[in-house]
Amino acid sequence: MTNASQKPRWWSDYLPRPAALLVNGLLLAGAAFALFPLLWMLAASFMAPGEASTYPPPLLPAHPTLANYRELFTHAGMGRYLANSILLAAAATALSLVFNVMAGYAFAKLRFRGRERLFRLMLGALVIPGQVAMVPLFLLLKQMGLVDTYGGVIVPALASIFGIFLVRQYALSIPDDLLEAARIDGASEWKIFRAVVVPLLSPIIVTLAVFTLLGTWNDFMWPLIVLSDQNLYTLPVALASLSREHVQDNELMMAGSVLTTLPVLIVFLALQRYYMQGLMMGAVKG
Amino acid sequence: MTGRERVAPSRRRARRRQVAWCFVAPALIVIAVFFVIPVVAAFAISLTDFDIYALADPSNLRVVGFRNYVELLERPLFWKALGNTLYFVAAGVPLSLAASLGAALLLNSRLARFQPFFRTALFAPVVTTVVAVAVIWRYLLGTRYGLLNYALSSVGIAPIDWLGDPRFAMPAIILFAVWKNFGYNMIILLAGLQSIPNELYEAARIDGASAFARLRFVTLPMLAPILSIVAILTIAGYFQLFAEPYVMTQGGPLQSTLSVLYLMYEEGFKYWNLGNASAVAFLLFVLIFGVTLLQTRAAREQFAR
Amino acid sequence: MQWALVLVVATGLLAACSRQPQNVTTIRFWAMGREGEVVTALVPEFERTHPGIRVVVQQLPWTAAHEKLLTAFAGDSTPDIAQLGNTWIPEFVALGALSPLDARVTTSTVDPKDYFSGIWDTNIVGGHVYGVPWYVDTRLLFYRRDLLEAAGIHDVPASWPEWTRALAAVKARAPPDHYAILLPLNEVEPLLALALQQDDPLLRDGGRYGNFESTGFRRALAFYIDMFRRGFAPPMTASQMSNVWTEFGRGTFAFYISGPWNIGEFERRLPAELQGTWATAPLPGPSGPGASIAGGSSLVVFHASQAKDAAWQLVEYLSQPDIELRFREMTGDLPPRRSAWRDPALANDAHARAFHDQLERVKPAPKVPEWERIADEMRNVAERAARGQWTVDEAVRELDARTDRILEKRRWLLARAARD
Repeated sequence: MTNASQKPRWWSDYLPRPAALLVNGLLLAGAAFALFPLLWMLAASFMAPGEASTYPPPLLPAHPTLANYRELFTHAGMGRYLANSILLAAAATALSLVFNVMAGYAFAKLRFRGRERLFRLMLGALVIPGQVAMVPLFLLLKQMGLVDTYGGVIVPALASIFGIFLVRQYALSIPDDLLEAARIDGASEWKIFRAVVVPLLSPIIVTLAVFTLLGTWNDFMWPLIVLSDQNLYTLPVALASLSREHVQDNELMMAGSVLTTLPVLIVFLALQRYYMQGLMMGAVKG
Repeated sequence: MTGRERVAPSRRRARRRQVAWCFVAPALIVIAVFFVIPVVAAFAISLTDFDIYALADPSNLRVVGFRNYVELLERPLFWKALGNTLYFVAAGVPLSLAASLGAALLLNSRLARFQPFFRTALFAPVVTTVVAVAVIWRYLLGTRYGLLNYALSSVGIAPIDWLGDPRFAMPAIILFAVWKNFGYNMIILLAGLQSIPNELYEAARIDGASAFARLRFVTLPMLAPILSIVAILTIAGYFQLFAEPYVMTQGGPLQSTLSVLYLMYEEGFKYWNLGNASAVAFLLFVLIFGVTLLQTRAAREQFAR
Repeated sequence: MQWALVLVVATGLLAACSRQPQNVTTIRFWAMGREGEVVTALVPEFERTHPGIRVVVQQLPWTAAHEKLLTAFAGDSTPDIAQLGNTWIPEFVALGALSPLDARVTTSTVDPKDYFSGIWDTNIVGGHVYGVPWYVDTRLLFYRRDLLEAAGIHDVPASWPEWTRALAAVKARAPPDHYAILLPLNEVEPLLALALQQDDPLLRDGGRYGNFESTGFRRALAFYIDMFRRGFAPPMTASQMSNVWTEFGRGTFAFYISGPWNIGEFERRLPAELQGTWATAPLPGPSGPGASIAGGSSLVVFHASQAKDAAWQLVEYLSQPDIELRFREMTGDLPPRRSAWRDPALANDAHARAFHDQLERVKPAPKVPEWERIADEMRNVAERAARGQWTVDEAVRELDARTDRILEKRRWLLARAARD
């Protein structure tokens, strides 16, 4: 089917056929490297206690069993931690979307004094590692009575500079005439936002939602510090705690890891288009 | 519809400014209260010897000026932590970037099949929780029963005590960090690669350039701005190494995986020497800031040419 | 409009669910490790015999417990009652976190004279009682009798020279990656026990300075790292052993310095045919049977608790000799009350007998709030010395330097108190 007059268009077309094998072979190797630990985690979670500590190390369980999962839910209370993770991630995402989208749109399209300078200042603040603020933030939350509560985990996450940045970059592309026309028609800024802007921003809203969801679900250091009551633990914190206690029960730990990783993987697989799009956009436009 | 009020433009602008502030105020308040103020407070605390005694009774607090910083700089453990962190950055960032770039180039190639599958597979580790996968890796790196040593033994290499030997613990952590993060930069670089116009490759091909020459003279120069930003962000991120040592090695063995941030965590939340912990955090911030500044300046000069 | 309705209904439901009958006090109990897992089994009967009190148990892993407790204090979220390692009591008393129990003890069934004196003493700070011992912990030898016999050693070593001879004999017969003794580098207790056997105290001047450069500690550290230098002990942490119990069963090492909880663990995890091959023995000292750590956990009531009376009732309940014995059956932990030891089940337990012997020869760690931190430094320095990076001289000098720095604030506070 290759017409002799068709010009080859890619550098790899010059290379002999084995090159295709090489490229795909390397990709396969890379994928194996990336996926192997996760697949093994899944396999080990179905192994009997102690089976993973045998030589030679097994790849698949001899007699797959659900014992580890049963143990997790009945004795280690994973159901509660799963519920906490879902609740906190959902709440933080929903609330932070409101804060970040409003602010991002304002930085892009609403004029106010010092807008550009403030924005540049905020971008500069991105370099400051969050951990610098952790200790005083903890003491501040203690004064506010938010330590060891869901609020202590959610409240600091209500607004993020990165989120505002992402929304602003996207919102820049909203045509000004559209907004002006609505203003001339007498609509209030709030109504314009709700009726015109939000629908236009929906791709970036989904992207930001996915980012925030994944970020808060996986966040481990801050909940570890702020939460003492075990009933409030999220999955990563509970798993860290469990892993220090049950250093020897590897199969149980794998089951816990599966439980912690699977929900995010599923969400990611379902919405990966938006997530990757957002990343790429942040890269090219930033 | 409300009437088209003939309001003076200046008043309209003023009102619009007010509304604009209403839009940004919630987010700005959160950031100011829960980020800016704590950062300033952290600096203030770093000038005192705040510790558990002070927590119990504020009269036990002493303002010590920059003594915390001086003592920290005189403390061998701080330099060890700094050395470990720099080792991690110096070895991990190039490896990670090479992996990301390599994967992006492979994915971008016309010869690649099943691109969506490979892209997702290579990206999957990024999405997972550090804690969960660190548990897996801790097991896979086990001396007696770990699969890595088993695989190495089949090619004749003696079992290595990855997490227990001070020489190999940090390499193990680097390997783990690269595995976890390379997918993130891969996607960004992929976007960059896809934005390079085909005409440039065409022109080079017409000029008789080989595949590798095209890589060197078209791809890499066009990718340089994005690569530079990615490098800056990755370096800043790698300086903040914490979760991996926390879960896998607890800073050991022999404190060979103790990072600066881990030191801060231990001082602050294990021993409640908040004065010291804040000093460590600020030193780290200054370091990251300095490095980032150097890099951005170098990058700007490079691209100005 | 519908959303508002849903919100109201939901809030109402939540409020209804969280409201409890007025006459039920809920107390939060934090417990660590195996004890935390097991004590939940004792709770239903306590609740039955003490209507109106509900107990919520939260388990903490030992490796994070100290941090969590301090964070809870800093964040005003301490529980009502907790299990506290007795070496931590001086620290929490200095914080003002614990409620003094003197008045409660005098009017209750908790009888100080019934407790091993060295153990009861660890709960007294500044002349007041701040905790009630829950179980005792000390460290002594767990060993494989059959491996010793095979190496030609028929009596368990009772002094350091005998011990060294036994270790050398076992190591000589051991296959390449097997050892004579496991001394996990992440545990400070073995070295601490050896150090407490010496006459020199670990801190001097009323706990103002480190005393690690004394002859006593030097001797203990030298003996400790000698075991690594001669290949008797592997330079690894417990987690690198993958599974300590399985490895003990496989004979990877013949001696293990550990505590009472492992009686239960070994009985449970080792196969039946191996149960007759292991035994316990008191720790050998420099020239005869030696001292060991006066360890263990106490039950403490927090100052900030709103339910101190209810919490005290739980303390009393768990301190009853028969409950202590039941607890022992479940965990292998040894009761701190002498009366409980007279029970036939305990008196005739071969494995526990060594502990009864050792408990009469226990010494406490220094009672300074900074002890936990100093112990961490001891562990770090010992690890370096064990791995061959420092000589004994370098190690003790470094340890003293670090300890002196840690105690600086204490010196300042004591000087200030003396001035006032």
